[in-house]
Amino acid sequence: MLEFRDKTTTEALIKEIRKISPENNIKVMHVCGTHEMTITRWGLRGLLPKNIKLICGPGCPVCVTSSSEIDFAIKLVKEKDVILTTFGDMFRVPGTGSSLSEAKSQGADVRVIYGIDEAAKIATKTEKQVVHFSIGFETTVPSIASEILESKTLKNFSIICSHRLIPPAMDYLLSSEDIEIDGFICPGHVSTIIGCEPYGVLAEKFAKPMVVGGFEPNDMLLSILMILKQIKAERPEVENEYTRAAKKEGNILAKKMMNDVFETCDRGWRGIGIIPNSGLRLKDEFMELDGEKKFKIEIRKSQDLRPGCKCGEIMKGKAIPQDCRYFGKACTPENPIGACIVSAEGPCYIAYNYS
Amino acid sequence: MCLAIPAEVKKIKGEYALVDFGGLKKDVKIVLTPEVKVGDYVLVHAGFSIHEMDKEEARESLELWKEILSTT
Amino acid sequence: METGTAKRTKEELRKKGSRRIPRTIQLSQGAGGSMMEALIENLIAKRLDIKSSFVGSGIDKLEDAGIIDLGDIKLAFTTDGCTVDPMFYPGGSLGSLSVGATINDLAVMGAKPIAISFGLILEEGLPLDILERTLDRMSAVCKESGVPIITGDTKVMEKGKVDKLVINTAGIGIIQGDIISDYGAQPGDKILVSGTMGDHGMSLVALRFGFQSNLRSDEAPLWHMMEQLLNIGGITSAKDATRGGFSPNINELARKSNVCFYVYEDKIPIKPEAKRLGEVLGIDPLSTACEGKIIMTVEPAKADEILETMRHHKYGKEAAIIGEVRRNPKGQVMLETEVGGRKALHTPVGELYPRIC
Repeated sequence: MLEFRDKTTTEALIKEIRKISPENNIKVMHVCGTHEMTITRWGLRGLLPKNIKLICGPGCPVCVTSSSEIDFAIKLVKEKDVILTTFGDMFRVPGTGSSLSEAKSQGADVRVIYGIDEAAKIATKTEKQVVHFSIGFETTVPSIASEILESKTLKNFSIICSHRLIPPAMDYLLSSEDIEIDGFICPGHVSTIIGCEPYGVLAEKFAKPMVVGGFEPNDMLLSILMILKQIKAERPEVENEYTRAAKKEGNILAKKMMNDVFETCDRGWRGIGIIPNSGLRLKDEFMELDGEKKFKIEIRKSQDLRPGCKCGEIMKGKAIPQDCRYFGKACTPENPIGACIVSAEGPCYIAYNYS
Repeated sequence: MCLAIPAEVKKIKGEYALVDFGGLKKDVKIVLTPEVKVGDYVLVHAGFSIHEMDKEEARESLELWKEILSTT
Repeated sequence: METGTAKRTKEELRKKGSRRIPRTIQLSQGAGGSMMEALIENLIAKRLDIKSSFVGSGIDKLEDAGIIDLGDIKLAFTTDGCTVDPMFYPGGSLGSLSVGATINDLAVMGAKPIAISFGLILEEGLPLDILERTLDRMSAVCKESGVPIITGDTKVMEKGKVDKLVINTAGIGIIQGDIISDYGAQPGDKILVSGTMGDHGMSLVALRFGFQSNLRSDEAPLWHMMEQLLNIGGITSAKDATRGGFSPNINELARKSNVCFYVYEDKIPIKPEAKRLGEVLGIDPLSTACEGKIIMTVEPAKADEILETMRHHKYGKEAAIIGEVRRNPKGQVMLETEVGGRKALHTPVGELYPRIC
């Protein structure tokens, strides 16, 4: 894979981008925290012509998880004698007031895991209830679905289902009148699962270029070049730069498992609002593994955004972190007010650490 | 989002496979890519293999690169 | 974002930090990142700052060791608390880690370690053979470095009140020539590291998350290597890259010397397996602990000789020159990436966890 981060290739790509780039501003959005990480880790914004703007969309799943879901998880692990498992991404993200990390420091049994099979294994070795705080987009959902199918007879295993879907969010953003997007770099690993077809629908509906992009720096630069070529040729369609990891049809078995276990529902995205059909919930036959139904926890008042917090605007690409009055002052990675400054893939965290 | 890294399948162990990330090995679940064989490359995310990387696809990727760069 | 605004607000935060420390201690505050810095700088050091005429460099300087100035002789005095799970791991152990940390803190100040003390806090029920093996490891490291343990203390706590074994060590050393301070880097100096970064931290991460690898802790007592370097001269600042590893420690040097550390990413040595594990789990090897590595700045005329001398020593085989000190932007570490982009390298917040996103 060395050519995907080879400096000579980078220079060649930048040269071609400069050649083909029009005079006006071009706004290319991505909806993937790992893409934002690639951009900043490799300093790509500084290499591109000034009129090519890379906008970070709501591609950070922990940033868009509602406060109420986090508050539920915290209250659950503090009040009931459960083991709460979580991916590391969510550990320090604040809900309305507190975080799982703080709950752990106060004695709650919160455990960071790398794969959901670890949570199921813990459940087989204890009498206690094990609840997994299940976040992630389509890349992660099939693994959760497969574990649900395997573990459905486990009486002490459940999930808090906080999954969200990317294409409905893209549709929402493209439909918004006040958000300007000229092209989309589609998330490479979401596409590994869902394939390229969902973006084809969007390309046609909105007449905007869509390129499924990989995660090496040269993958992203090539994706940008492909978008610019589509714009120049007035040929908006879906193309796949990441063929080595995403097929046109995606992973058919993974998609089947997702559909066997989950169904779509409306879901709130923190700071953005309710996006229709953008969430997943467990189907009725798996209701026993739904943590929110299993445990009666009352959450009184959850607050997604403190007044003045611009996480929502930032994730829609309408503002940058520096526009937020808390950024770098009252809101820092050590003392976060919003979610975007905690997650390593949050736009505010990245701006704070890499600007 | 989504950290997913390629690895080579070294040994099949039922629902799991021992994969090699380049010196670094781990058992990952292969239930989403049940057809993988020893010697195949897979993409691993959150402890699961999510995609079998086809040698043909990898070759196509490189061809695409050459094509794009040559027509610009 | 204007760098000036970022620096000013970050500096303000450093001063105001005491208001921002969480009301219960969190794991991240022991992980070597910015949360730990805030706790130490804004609370602990402030509350324990007591002046005396013997103090050459005190707690307010937050160096690897304090300096006692007796006129003809300057002594470096340091202490470390160690607790690690598991207690024995590839390449190291709690015992060797504890004394090694103290020896290295003295070494990077330019002090020859001459005596070490220890305090053991044992959990009721700890198997005796664990204690025996731990003591043997402590003894082996001290013998290798020629440093005697001359006094100690032992306590036992009820089962469940302490986690198996906690070791505190303290050490005293005699400054050989000039004190090597964190504050001494100058524009034009070369930046060197004594070997691969993140080995210790990443080897423990591999163990914890079920990865099989050849990663081992890089624990090593560094006085003998440092002694050779001091004889050459030219070292202007140095830190051992322990808690938090490369990132927080190089940031500390840049901040204290008020210069820019400009570093070339492709020159920083990292074991390929550590890099790969970092990519799989989303953990940066540059933000995980080392336990036998030094980051230093060296006068340009001496840099090549320092480098060669390290490379000839068993603990410096992979030493490298990774960049140079510049005037601006002051107090920051700038990283030039492998593909030519540039970014500031910041201290991570605290504990690092595997990500899936």
